[in-house]
Amino acid sequence: MFRDITIGQYYPTNSIIHRLDPRVKFLGMLAFVVSIFVVSNYGYIVCAAWLFTIIALTRIPLNIMFKGLKMILFILVITVVLNLFMTDGTIIWQWKVFKITREGLTMAFLMAMRLIMLVLGISQMSLTTTPNQLTAAMESLFKPLSRLHVPVHSIAMMMSIALRFIPILSEETEKIRKAQMARGADFEGKGIMNRIRAMIPLLVPLFITAFRRATDLAMAMEARCYHGGEGRTQMKPLKYVNRDYIALALLVLYLAVIILLKVLLHW
Amino acid sequence: MSMVRTDALSHDYLIYEDEESDQGTPVRALSEVTIDIREGEFVSILGHNGSGKSTLAKHLNALLLPTEGTVWIEGMDTKDDDKLWDIRQRAGMIFQNPDNQIIASVVEEDVAFGPENMGVPTQEIWDRVNSALERTGMTAYREHSPNRLSGGQKQRVAIAGVLAMQPKCIIMDEPTAMLDPVGRKEVLAAVHQLNRELGITVILITHYMEEVIDSDRLFVMNKGRVVMSGTPKELFARVEEFEELGLAVPQITMLGYELKKAGLDLPDAILTREEMTEALCRLR
Repeated sequence: MFRDITIGQYYPTNSIIHRLDPRVKFLGMLAFVVSIFVVSNYGYIVCAAWLFTIIALTRIPLNIMFKGLKMILFILVITVVLNLFMTDGTIIWQWKVFKITREGLTMAFLMAMRLIMLVLGISQMSLTTTPNQLTAAMESLFKPLSRLHVPVHSIAMMMSIALRFIPILSEETEKIRKAQMARGADFEGKGIMNRIRAMIPLLVPLFITAFRRATDLAMAMEARCYHGGEGRTQMKPLKYVNRDYIALALLVLYLAVIILLKVLLHW
Repeated sequence: MSMVRTDALSHDYLIYEDEESDQGTPVRALSEVTIDIREGEFVSILGHNGSGKSTLAKHLNALLLPTEGTVWIEGMDTKDDDKLWDIRQRAGMIFQNPDNQIIASVVEEDVAFGPENMGVPTQEIWDRVNSALERTGMTAYREHSPNRLSGGQKQRVAIAGVLAMQPKCIIMDEPTAMLDPVGRKEVLAAVHQLNRELGITVILITHYMEEVIDSDRLFVMNKGRVVMSGTPKELFARVEEFEELGLAVPQITMLGYELKKAGLDLPDAILTREEMTEALCRLR
C-alpha cells in the first residue's frame, strides 16, 4: 500500500511551467515570496495577477490547487480573527468588548491574502517539479557554497537517496508492524506513554535494517566508482533554453514593477 | 589472457568481542586462495554461507584488500591505489539485494550512475544507457520507478547499470538469492547472454547447484579455502565429496548417482534431464 507513495505533490500536465528549468522555478518561487512581503496594499493586485497567470499556465485543476489551502485553514482563521478584533482604529461595529475597526478589516483581508498567496505560490513549485528535479536545481544553485566547504553535492546526493528509500522503508515499517503484531505487540495502547513505548519494537528493527541497507548501498555505490562529486558528469545536466531566459526576464520585470510601485506609489 | 588472478590470497576479519578494548581478534575468512580465470570464461563459485565466497567476490572489485597474497585484475594489482577506479570499472559487481544497489528513483538514471561517476560525456552516457537497457531487455521500463519492478527486473536493472560501465568482467554475489524461480531464470539468462554475445567474463557466486551446470568452470569453497575445482562434469562425478561438504548435487545428478549405485550402467555426472533421458534409453 505504500508502494505508490509520492513525496511532495507533483501533478504532471506537461505544461510550459512543468517544462521550465527547475532552477528558474525555484528562483521564481523565492522572488514571489519576497514580493508578497514587500508590497503592502494595492501591490497585492499585481502579485495576484502574476500568481493567477502562472496558475492558469500550469493547467492543473483548481481543486488540486486549493487542496493545499486546507492545511492552513486553521492558521488562516486565527489570523483573520485576531487581526479583525485586535486592531485599533475607527470603530464600525461593536458588541460588548468585541469591536471591528475599519483598519482591522483591511488588515485581516490583507493578511489572509498574503497567507493564501504564499501557500499557492510555493505549491506552484512543488506541483510542477519532481523532487529529483528540485534536488538537481538546488545542487546547481547552491554550488557556489561549496567554495565555503559546504558539501553541496553530498547533501543533494543524500536527498535523492532519501527520496528513493522513503517508499522502501515505509513498506518495511508495515512489514515489521505486522510481524510484531503477530507476536502480540500492541500498537493501539491508551495514553501517550503507552503509545510511545509501543513504538520501540517497531523502531529498533527498522533502524537496524536501515543501517544495514545503508552499508550495502554504500558498498554498491563504491563498486560503481562513486567517489563524490569531483569529476562527475551528468546524464541529464540542467541547461537553460530560450523559454528559461524568457521566464527569467519576465521574473526580473515582475520584481522591478513591484519595487517601482512600492517606491513611487507606496503600494 | 588471464582476467582475474589471485595468488595465495588470505583475508582476516577482525571481530570485536570485547567492547572495552580496541584490539580485535582476527578471524580467517579466506586462506591461500589461488585461482586464475581467463577472459571470456563463465566461472561459478559454490559454497555454504560463511565459506568465504562473498569475501572472495569483494576482493575482485577491490572493495576488500588482501591481508596476505595478491589479486590481479587484468594484470592490475588491487592494492595499487592509482588503479582503483580502473579496476572497479573493469570488474563490475552485482549484489544480492536488488533494492540496496539501485541508487536513483528512475531506471534510466540508475543505469547512468556508473558512467556519471566515471566522468563519461553526456551524449555518450545516453548511448551507453540505451544499449545497456536494450541488452538486458529493460528498455520498456526506462522511465519507471525501480520500486514498481519485480525482483528479477530490479536485478536486470542492476546488471544494466554495470554494463553501462563497459566492464570486462561481471562478478555476481548471490544475485538470485532473493528472487523467485521466474526472476532467477530471467537473471541467469541475461548473464549467459552477455557472456556469449559480448564475451564478458562472468563470475557467479551462488549456492544453487542448478545454476552452475552451464558454467565453464566451477570452484567449490569451504572454510575459506578452494577445495574443488574443475568443469561441472568433472566435479559432479564426485558426489561423495559434495556430501561430505554438506552440499547437495543437482537433483538429476543425484538420481543418476543413486541409479548407478543400484546397478544401472549409467555414465558419471548427468547434469540435465535430456542427458538422463538419453542415457536411460541407451540402456535397452
